[in-house]
Amino acid sequence: MTASADIPLWAALPVALLVLAGAALGLVGSIGLLRLRSFYERLHAPTLATTLGIGAILAGSMLFFTVLQTRPVLHEVLIAAVVVVTTPVTLMLLARAALQRDRAEGSTQVPGAAAPEAPPRE
Amino acid sequence: MRRRLPYVLPVLAFLLLWLLLARSISPGAILLGAVLAVAGGAVLAWLRMPVGRLGRLRGVPGLLAAILAEVVRSNNAVARIILRPPPPGTRRAGFVAVPLRMRDPRGLSALACILTATPGTVWVDYDARSGVMLMHVLDMVDEETWVRTIQDRWERPLMEIFE
Repeated sequence: MTASADIPLWAALPVALLVLAGAALGLVGSIGLLRLRSFYERLHAPTLATTLGIGAILAGSMLFFTVLQTRPVLHEVLIAAVVVVTTPVTLMLLARAALQRDRAEGSTQVPGAAAPEAPPRE
Repeated sequence: MRRRLPYVLPVLAFLLLWLLLARSISPGAILLGAVLAVAGGAVLAWLRMPVGRLGRLRGVPGLLAAILAEVVRSNNAVARIILRPPPPGTRRAGFVAVPLRMRDPRGLSALACILTATPGTVWVDYDARSGVMLMHVLDMVDEETWVRTIQDRWERPLMEIFE
């Protein structure tokens, strides 16, 4: 980006910090994927990147483009909203698939299914 | 078609979404956005999306602030666990079954978003009959505390808003 040279220092520093913080959270989430032991524990790791990580990067982006005044800053709010609303879908899909498999295999590590539904008779 | 009215809020939200995406409030953008928004509303009606009225909205700003604070706190907590793992055996992860009184689907999906947005908790399963939500917790201090936290901090304000 050629315009980035024009950004004053007082804005460049927080932007850099925010973007780096977001990237760092993404990295920590990835390390978590390696370090945590069970599948269910590993589910937690990437949520660092999808919450505060993406939040920090979006905040940095908002600040950057506000200072440069090349466009209104509301765009990022939309990204944040869409990420927040869609992440649970994937996460739940993965968690429930794992639970289904573990229950089918009779694993003792997961809680059993709710009492089977009574047949809808009468 | 008479039932189009309940979708006023979603249609307005669609329009806002379009204007944000188009980055313009020119008459052309508004017109195109309005057409698309009404079409979106028609799809909702066709899908028979559950409509419900909103309750008191007074609690929304407080709830949003609480979510933001909790997102930062839990990110910190989970990052700590990953970077400096406590000695084996001291941290216990596990499932918590939380009985919920909330039945409104919008409230439940909002709760799912909150639990996902706060690292360390993941919504795993929900039994619509008993209203018991199963979640996985990365750092289980005390099962009872988790149940109370979910019920008091999130479920109650959500019920006020959606029921």
